[in-house]
Order: sequence, then C-alpha cells, then structure tokens
Amino acid sequence: MAVTSQAEDEAELLARFEATVGRHDRIEPRDWMPEKYRRTLVRQIAQHAHSEIIGMQPEGNWITRAPSLRRKAILLAKVQDEAGHGLYLYSACETLGVSRRELTAMLIAGKQKYSSIFNYPTLSYADVGTIGWLVDGAAICNQVPLCRTSYGPYGRSMIRICKEESFHQRQGYELLATMMRGTDEQRAMVQESVDRFWWPALMMFGPPDAESPNTEQSMAWGIKRDTNDDLRQKFVDMSVPQAKALGVTFPDPLLAWNEERGHHDFGQPDWDEFAAVVKGSGPCNAQRIAHRKKAHDDGAWVREAAVAFATAVVEERAPVSVSKPGEGSEQ
Amino acid sequence: MTDGHDSAYDGLLEHHTVTDDSQWAFGTDFEDPLAGVDTTIPDGVDARTLGAYCLMLGDDALVYSHRLSQWTSNAPDLEEDIALANIALDLLGQARLLLARAAAADPDLVPVLPVGSPVPPEDALAFFRDESAFRNVRFVEPGNGDFAVTVARLLVFSTHRLALLQRLATSSDSVLSAIAAKGVKEVTYHRDYAARWFLTLAHGTEESRRRLLAAMVLVWPLYDELFRTHPVERTVAEQGVGVDPATTADEVHVVLEQVFSVSGIDRPDVPPTGPVSGGTGRDGRHTEDMGRLLAELQVVARAHPRGLW
Repeated sequence: MAVTSQAEDEAELLARFEATVGRHDRIEPRDWMPEKYRRTLVRQIAQHAHSEIIGMQPEGNWITRAPSLRRKAILLAKVQDEAGHGLYLYSACETLGVSRRELTAMLIAGKQKYSSIFNYPTLSYADVGTIGWLVDGAAICNQVPLCRTSYGPYGRSMIRICKEESFHQRQGYELLATMMRGTDEQRAMVQESVDRFWWPALMMFGPPDAESPNTEQSMAWGIKRDTNDDLRQKFVDMSVPQAKALGVTFPDPLLAWNEERGHHDFGQPDWDEFAAVVKGSGPCNAQRIAHRKKAHDDGAWVREAAVAFATAVVEERAPVSVSKPGEGSEQ
Repeated sequence: MTDGHDSAYDGLLEHHTVTDDSQWAFGTDFEDPLAGVDTTIPDGVDARTLGAYCLMLGDDALVYSHRLSQWTSNAPDLEEDIALANIALDLLGQARLLLARAAAADPDLVPVLPVGSPVPPEDALAFFRDESAFRNVRFVEPGNGDFAVTVARLLVFSTHRLALLQRLATSSDSVLSAIAAKGVKEVTYHRDYAARWFLTLAHGTEESRRRLLAAMVLVWPLYDELFRTHPVERTVAEQGVGVDPATTADEVHVVLEQVFSVSGIDRPDVPPTGPVSGGTGRDGRHTEDMGRLLAELQVVARAHPRGLW
C-alpha cells in the first residue's frame, strides 16, 4: 500500500515538474526533480565548469610571453575571468548536492569530461585571438540559449558568463584585426592559427544530431534548447562575414552560400578525430589533466592549513559563544 | 533573459575598420596610458634622473607581476588563482604607467627600434631592453617556489612598496603622485592578502609552518637590498619628487614585526645577499634567474620589432 501511495506521490511531483518546465519557468534547488534530470544537470554543469578551468591552460600558456603590456593585461584578465566562471558553475553544481572537491576529483580521475577544444595546443600568439574569436564565439552560440535553461542557478550563472564571454570574443577578434594590420608575418600567423582552429571549433557543437545520444531528453527537459546541427549552422553563418572582414579564409573547399536554403553549405569536421580526442588521444589531453592534477596536489597542504586555521579560530571563539545565548547553538 | 544576448556576435562587424576602440571591453581604452595627465617636469627636477627613477619602480612592478602571473592555473585553489592574478594585474598597470612616465621624462632611455615600428615607448622599454638596463631590485626576480615562498615574498614586497607609494603620493611630479595614490589602494589589499595567508600558514598545520619557516630563509637574504639607497633615489628624494627607500626601513620593520609576532615567526638569521662588483639590481646587476625571465617575457615582441599588437 505504502509503495503505491509513494508512486502516486511521485507521479504527481513529476507532473508538477513537467508543468513547470513546460511553462518555461525555472526549477530551483528546493524543488523536487527527477533523479535523472539532476544527474544530467550535474554532468552538464560539471563539464562546463571543468571546461572553464582546463580552458585557462591553453591561453595561460601565453601570459608570460604576451607581446605588449596592454595585451598581457587583457589576457591575464581574461584567464582570470575563466577561473571566475569555473567558480560560479561549481557553485551552481553544489546546489545539486555535489561539492567542488568531489567534482575536481572526478575531473582528475578522468570520470568527467571537459570541452575537447582545450586538448589542442596554442602554438602562436595569434591563437589567443583565434580562441577568443572562434572558440569563445562557438561557446557563446552554445551558451546563450542556456541563459533560459530550466534549472535556475545554472541559467543565472550563464547570464553573467555570456556577458563576459562576449567581451572575450570581441577582444579576440580585435587582436586578430590588429595583427592583420601589422606585418606580413603577423598576417600569416593569423591565417595559420585560423586554419588550425576552424575544424575543432565546429566540433565544439558536438556530434551530428543523428549521433547525439543526449539531445532529445535534454531538449524535452528544457536543459538544452537547440540541436547541435542548428547551432553549428548558426555559427558558420555568423563567422563567414567576420572572416571576410578580417581578411582570412576558412580551410573548407565546400564552404559556399546556398541561396535556396538561406544558409552556408559547409563540409563536415573529421568526426573520427573528434572521437579520438574525446577518448584521450588529442595532442594535449594527458598534459591538461597532469597540469590540473599537479596544481591540485601541490595545493593540498595549503587547503589543509586553511581548514586547520579556520577550525582553530572557531574553537578559540567557542567559549565566547557559550556566554552569549543564541550563538553557536547549532554546533 | 533578453534576446540581446543572442546578438552578442552582431557587434563584431559594425566597427571593424574604425580605429576608435571604445566599443571593446577591458583593457582597450588606454592607448596612451598618460592621456590627459599633465606630464610637465616640475621645476628643479632633473628629467633624466626622474626617468631613471621611474624605471626603477616600474621594473620592480613589471618583474614581480611576471612572477605572480605564473601562478595562473597553478594556484592551490580557484580563489587564490583569482587573487594572485588580481595582484599581478595591479602591478602590471603600475608598471605600464611608470614605464610610460620614464619614457616621457627621458626619451633617451627608450631602445631604438626599426624606423616605422609601431611599438609604443613603454613596450619598447619592457620588451626591447637588455638585462643590464633593467633597474628592479633583485628581490622580485627569483622563481615563485611554493605558496609559502610566494606569501612570504609578497608580504615583504607589498609592505615595502606600500610604505614607498604612501610617501610618493606627495611627489611634486603630478604623474608620480597620481600613480602612487592609485597604487596605495591596490597595494594595501596585496599586503592584507599576504598577511592573512602568512598568519594562516604559520598557525595552520605543522607542514604549513615548516614550509613558511623555510620560505623565510629563502626570501630574507634579499631583504636589505630593498632599503639600499641608489644615487638616483637620493637625488629624487632631495628634489622632492621621489623617495629614499632607506627612510621606509623603520616603518617596514615595525609593520612586519606585527605580522611576525602574531604568527610566532622570527626573522631568520641568514646573511644578506651581497652585491656584484659593488652593484645590485638598481645598478643593472641581477640574479641568474633574471635572464631566463626576460627571455620569456620578451621573446614574441623581439621576434616582431615592427609588429602591431
């Protein structure tokens, strides 16, 4: 009997949950949610948070070598923003009952993923601009719809993140535009960088819809709002005029305007390469995780010291709370 | 969520050929770092000496900013990553202004670049000077070491720099006084950050205390050099435009003593690092770390002396 009644309760909760999502209202941390919805969110938000943190590495690679003081300031501030984005997202994830410590452990153990784009190396200073323009650009295409995602804390984090990402994208584009007004060597550096990043940028939207296992359920739950292929098309359509204005080309012989469709036709990225990079065979997979692990391991004694110090301070204050009713009553 | 964010992209093309960069975000609105500031050299001040002095304070900030920026993506936690990047950014901003002031006061300081090079003078100073032309104290040069070494070095450096900038805020040079007034607010935070961590590590765990004590031994030998008066510093102090670092020694000692005593840490008994042929960092005689630091700092800029960034 009890089981039946529990099942009925759950059916009612589910109906209420689906109605909320159907109205495009937000689900908040206190609300009931299906366990699979919670797990899907944790997977997606954690992957996003990890991408911000791992994403600090390829650009951070150039901070000490930035060729002007102004560019150095812009780059340092940008990489710092990424750490901030990681913080908001880990916090959003914590509202679902998983701590930053647990998430970091899963990242380091390879149990959670981050965006595969960061498994490509940054080989010239132009890459800083290209990552801003194309990689942050693709990220914005993916992320803007998430500002309206059904889970409240995630959607609110995304609003702030998208604003900052659009600064980054403009800064990246501005770096490339400036370099294109520089020397022949600089123009060649920009083109070479764009050639290297174009296909990996297209891969950022994920596999073609026909092969994307999670898309359907995520769209039904309002976690995801556009399909991979739709977003990819949007990105290509937006990027082509920008490349023209910049004076660079994309390495795709099939890229052409299709009057009938009102969109650009374009070739497919090498999906075998995508699969290989996701599985760990990218140029920098091992390096990125080793770097993150080293920072985390090297910092362990500092975090332990901070906890020990904070605990000691609380214990020192404890006698005071005894003499003040109302304080320390929760201990 | 407004639809405005859907068009985050659209702004990209609107002004792409316009040289007015005001549409861009952080960091792009300071083409001329001294724009709008009265850069006249005050009466009775020797411009060359003023230039040399600005180089000293600018190089301290530039080199230390470089070191702190190396913590990015390597810090013990995200909060520390962000804080150390903040401090590096503040010092980078100070360096940019001070190097620009140095170049304006004495254009002969600026390395000669190929005709038509668009590199601005403050960048020419940062990226095209050889090691012996750098005037920073050696204190800021060594590698970061662990977090304890960074905290100990940052505490000493920011205590020293704050004492200096507070006095410099009354400089008769309006540019230096403005840079100092801004810097005081920034470095007050740097000192506070370092002092809090110093205390935390001192009273945290046995391990953190052991590391902090070891850090003090590493950092301390270069302490005395911070207060060694170079002839340029003596002259600018006499002219009312700069600060003789020796006059800050007592205050720095007292402030540090407060932190050390609550931390239960004594100054280590280690001999000071001696000069090289009678000279130290202010004379262009540096540590072995400095060459590699500059090689990294300057490599891209030097490969493109006509580059536009």
